[in-house]
Amino acid sequence: MIEFIERIGRQVIAAISGIGYAFFILVNALIGKPQFRKSWPLLIQQLYVVGVLSLLIIIVSGLFIGMVLGLQGYTILVDYGAEQSLGPMVALSLLRELGPVVTALLFAGRAGSALTAEIGLMKATEQLSSLEMMAVDPLRRVIAPRFWAGFISMPLLALIFSAVGIYGGYLVGSGWLGVDKGAFWSVMQSTVDWYDDLLNGVIKSVIFAFVVTWIALYKGYNSTPTSAGISAATTSTVVTASLAVLGLDFILTALMFGG
Amino acid sequence: MNEARHVKPLVELSGVHFSHGERTIYRDLNLSVPRGKVVAVMGPSGIGKTTLLKLIGGQLRPQQGDIQFDGNSIPKLSRSELYRERERMSMLFQSGALFTDMSVYDNVAFPLREHSALSEELIRSIVLMKLEAVGLRGARDLMPAELSGGMARRAALARAIALDPELIMYDEPFAGQDPISMGMIVKLIKALNDSLGLTSIVVSHDVDEVMSIADYAYIIAEQQVVAKGTPTELRENDSAIVQQFLQGQADGPVPFHYQASDFTSDLLGEC
Repeated sequence: MIEFIERIGRQVIAAISGIGYAFFILVNALIGKPQFRKSWPLLIQQLYVVGVLSLLIIIVSGLFIGMVLGLQGYTILVDYGAEQSLGPMVALSLLRELGPVVTALLFAGRAGSALTAEIGLMKATEQLSSLEMMAVDPLRRVIAPRFWAGFISMPLLALIFSAVGIYGGYLVGSGWLGVDKGAFWSVMQSTVDWYDDLLNGVIKSVIFAFVVTWIALYKGYNSTPTSAGISAATTSTVVTASLAVLGLDFILTALMFGG
Repeated sequence: MNEARHVKPLVELSGVHFSHGERTIYRDLNLSVPRGKVVAVMGPSGIGKTTLLKLIGGQLRPQQGDIQFDGNSIPKLSRSELYRERERMSMLFQSGALFTDMSVYDNVAFPLREHSALSEELIRSIVLMKLEAVGLRGARDLMPAELSGGMARRAALARAIALDPELIMYDEPFAGQDPISMGMIVKLIKALNDSLGLTSIVVSHDVDEVMSIADYAYIIAEQQVVAKGTPTELRENDSAIVQQFLQGQADGPVPFHYQASDFTSDLLGEC
């Protein structure tokens, strides 16, 4: 029994010191005199790796999810003679929920795991240590540009996801199932609210971007520098980030749309 | 005053105590590295020789004791002061630790681009000089993955001397090298030390190679310095552990067997 309590205690201490270390990494990476001449090319490179290279999976997934929404929505709405509302249904599902959430999940799998593995390997091959010994702070040089790249690119990816998804819904709903084209767009325009729907969706994806990128970088930086350690860290990034996104999504939805 | 500065060792560890978790690595370790010399630190593997270099570089902090680098106490420096001191030292990692996403040229240019405001033209001249010194000027466009182990280590050496440091720490520079590249690295360490006026710390367990270039050597075992002196003095040392180490005997004060229970009773399943 005592052993059991001890074990719980140890795990709580480990969890709290882990959170503390994650804060330490983030604060040291982001706070300090900005050096635009050196940081700018690094940021551009990471925006390409993290953002641009994720475009394909985001666009393809967005298109398919939009098309499925169009199909499913139509079959339900047509029973009530409400197929005119297909536009807002697709748009609201995407902007409020699926856009930010699915993008964050895909981003965690595609870019988050890559970030963790890359940083873990840099640690295992002593590249981080050698940066330190060359008087270059790895937090500023390696962590910071990757963090900003994730933080900037994920909300943009989520918007692209939603836009492509809406178009996918339109293709299926209007092009295939025969919903009136004018009604699809005009009902959507009059129903979707700039602040309530679009802005709240963007706020969600900004928060997800922060959390997912942070988790990925922390897991990489804190990984055990062996093959098993890096593989565990990569898995843990995807699992932790996905769960965090889903949990946070519930809380944010309750706050934004619950009242 | 100036003379006193030269007499004072560049690196001095006094009463250093360091433990990693529950395992004590060093207990009351004293070691000093005179300026302009090649100092060898030898010892059986697993006694924390790399840890020693990380302590000097300030990547680890001792629980007790002091580490002086040119009169500054490394463990007491603030983060920014420590980074300033690190610009004056450099370290050759066992793996080379080249940045895998950059060519050899960019790897060597990296510290220059980070820490100096030199023009690209001037950086090019310096990089080519450093690469020429290690014999890899022709390999400047290769990526680290295309280099052999020995070449990678020489490229890393070029990077380590790019900023003309005062101290170079070599972590197992000979490990896993074929005799030819081993010979090259031995020659390079000595040549760089003498021609650039560096101070070198070579951590290694390749006794013959390191003793051939060292001005002074320490043998570390059992969490402490067990012997020190010039290579000749060490060879004449009559301590059993020193002789076991220098002659490479399998059993002696450092046991062949990892601590275990009695073999017979273990086989019979009694414990």
